[in-house]
Amino acid sequence: METGQLTARWARFRGPGTQWGARAAVALLFLPPALLLFTVFVALPMGEAAWYSLFNWNGYGTPTQFTGWRNFRLLFETPAFHTALKNNLLVIVVSLVVQLPLALAMALLLAGRLRGTTGFRLVFFLPYILAEIAAGLIWRFVYDGDYGFIAKIWQAFGAAPPFVLAEPDLAMAAILLVVVWKYFGFHMILYIAGLQQISPTLYEAARIDGAGSWQIFRRITLPLLGPTIRLSVFFAIIGSIQLFDIIMALTRGGPSDSTQTMVTFLYSYGVTRMQIGFGSAVGVVLFVICVVFAFGYKRFLMRDD
Amino acid sequence: MEAQVKTSRLLFSGALALAAAAASLPALAADVNVRLMHVDQNPEIRTYYNDLAQRFESTHPGVKVEILYLENEAYKKKLTTLLQSPDRPNILYSWGGGVMREQIKAGVLEDITPAMNAGNWKDRFLPAGIQAYTVDNRIYGVPFQLSQVGFFYNKDLFAKAGVDAQGIKTWDDLLAAVRKFQAAGITPIIAGGGDKWPLHFYWSHLAIRIGGKPAFDAAVRGEGKGFADETFVRAGELFKQLVDLKPFQPGFLGATFPQSSGQFGDGKGAMVLMLNGMLGSMKANSADKVGIPDEKLGWFAFPTVAGGKGDPSDTLGGLNGWIVTKGSPKEAVEFLRFFSEAQNQRIAAEKGVYLPAIKGTSDAIKRPVLRLLAENVGNAKYHQVYYDQMLGASVGAVVNDVSADLAAGRIKPADAAAAVQQAWKQAN
Repeated sequence: METGQLTARWARFRGPGTQWGARAAVALLFLPPALLLFTVFVALPMGEAAWYSLFNWNGYGTPTQFTGWRNFRLLFETPAFHTALKNNLLVIVVSLVVQLPLALAMALLLAGRLRGTTGFRLVFFLPYILAEIAAGLIWRFVYDGDYGFIAKIWQAFGAAPPFVLAEPDLAMAAILLVVVWKYFGFHMILYIAGLQQISPTLYEAARIDGAGSWQIFRRITLPLLGPTIRLSVFFAIIGSIQLFDIIMALTRGGPSDSTQTMVTFLYSYGVTRMQIGFGSAVGVVLFVICVVFAFGYKRFLMRDD
Repeated sequence: MEAQVKTSRLLFSGALALAAAAASLPALAADVNVRLMHVDQNPEIRTYYNDLAQRFESTHPGVKVEILYLENEAYKKKLTTLLQSPDRPNILYSWGGGVMREQIKAGVLEDITPAMNAGNWKDRFLPAGIQAYTVDNRIYGVPFQLSQVGFFYNKDLFAKAGVDAQGIKTWDDLLAAVRKFQAAGITPIIAGGGDKWPLHFYWSHLAIRIGGKPAFDAAVRGEGKGFADETFVRAGELFKQLVDLKPFQPGFLGATFPQSSGQFGDGKGAMVLMLNGMLGSMKANSADKVGIPDEKLGWFAFPTVAGGKGDPSDTLGGLNGWIVTKGSPKEAVEFLRFFSEAQNQRIAAEKGVYLPAIKGTSDAIKRPVLRLLAENVGNAKYHQVYYDQMLGASVGAVVNDVSADLAAGRIKPADAAAAVQQAWKQAN
């Protein structure tokens, strides 16, 4: 039963003139559970993390050793955190420059109602459905220099296979490849949905006016796909900042911290080392970056969507 | 006749039902619940624990012992929260060391010194075991499982390269052997560098050989330059001598411990520096699910260092035990007393599920290679618990990090030692 129906019934029951009271009653009935859940599982932990980040604390008892901004200072002095920030940036850039154009190209190819497109859509979307850890383990095997897929190719040419995940210079590139492979299908589906919203009559009219394919893409498809692209850019960036599981399964941030991201850094330097205060400081920095980005983006780029 | 059979059947099933009811009675009437949590994945160990629990229950009416299992990594991450929960188990698996010291400081563990002194319970254990669970002259844990780090080697590959394993006595001997293997086109050493801790065995064992117990104790007390002292810089330098020869298998920096055990089992390299747990891991991860059979498998101790102050009999390894959480019933300690009886530990030794840290059990170990390790630790004047356990979670992680960085050639020995000292100062 919809809320509207319920309020209507309630209003009928209470007689005329109690519309406002009825709404308040409904709010009183339905708001507390959501509010409670949000407070206990979202707002409170965020506040706690901010509080813990000011202490040197190993997780036992209550934090007592107040250290002010020391955790944040240490954090920005740690070279591995610099690597993590750089890697996050790299993932964002690759997502925007490689992944999204690829997704758009695929969407343009597969948005039509030709035979076989559904099959291809499914194939490209499959990696997204796969659990991150499973995908990571599969690719760990692909990259394995002894028994992996890559090893077999190299061996077929009689060359000594590379150990991609063991090379600090190659490991991040290998991870980026997996990220693109895993998530471009999701953006492709978003774009296909967006493309199908565009009325075919626009294309017809353009063609009658003598527009070429590039002109049609540039003047009709791209502008009308704008809201979808802005949304997918938003998802891509937030997802890039939060990248974690795939890296844990592939390299755990190694070798020599070369593939850390902010979240894997939080895990290995905060949780594993039982430095809850320090880990919370990483969490706070991550949170601030995400919030500033999310609100800024919504405010300035998605204002009209 | 038929009726008779039926009645007897009826009687029989009735008796069965009664017996079943009787069997479930103690469980229902249990006054005391003792809950033990461990991290051993091996089903044989679990059977062994359950069997001990049942035998204890049968002689202690009203007591129920519950054996709980949590996967190793998950357990380590949950432990802090678990210990402060009202629902905490009574007996917990422990590696001793820095993590335990923090638990003691937080007041979540039971001091079992009086129980250990009663009836000379503590005399049952190897001295190194009691030492590992003693903090400020109080005993906080019941040691039960030991391990030693050393070189396991592939006899066939050693013969092929013409290297005599028993001739490797000093660090220089080891370097010479590495060169010989390389000349013969054989990978000298396998290492699970992706997990980092397999590499920290090199750095810490070298430190033990160079400075012995006094150097470690001095560093812990913060004397001199602590872990930035000469002993630990020298350990890094000697490790670098080995690393510079590029002795490890290709891609070792990405290989995990299980993966590397499999590689060793597949004969991809001549030796591996590891604790005895490698044997089980090798079996599970080798391509043929067997690995190297015992008759082809050798073991030699970590080589000594010229001019080193450490005794050649000093050992590096683990000493795992049980800790008792605050507010546990006295039956929890009673169960551990029963658990650590030599006759019960001999079963574990015979089955080969682990090497007991209890006196008078090593002769029950059937595999000669394992018996040798148990005896080594039993005879050692100084058994050092792994640095990454001993120094606590945060410093231990730094030791592992710098060891992996040394192996990757990305840090200087002096900087590695300084990083450990800085972490130690920050944590203590």
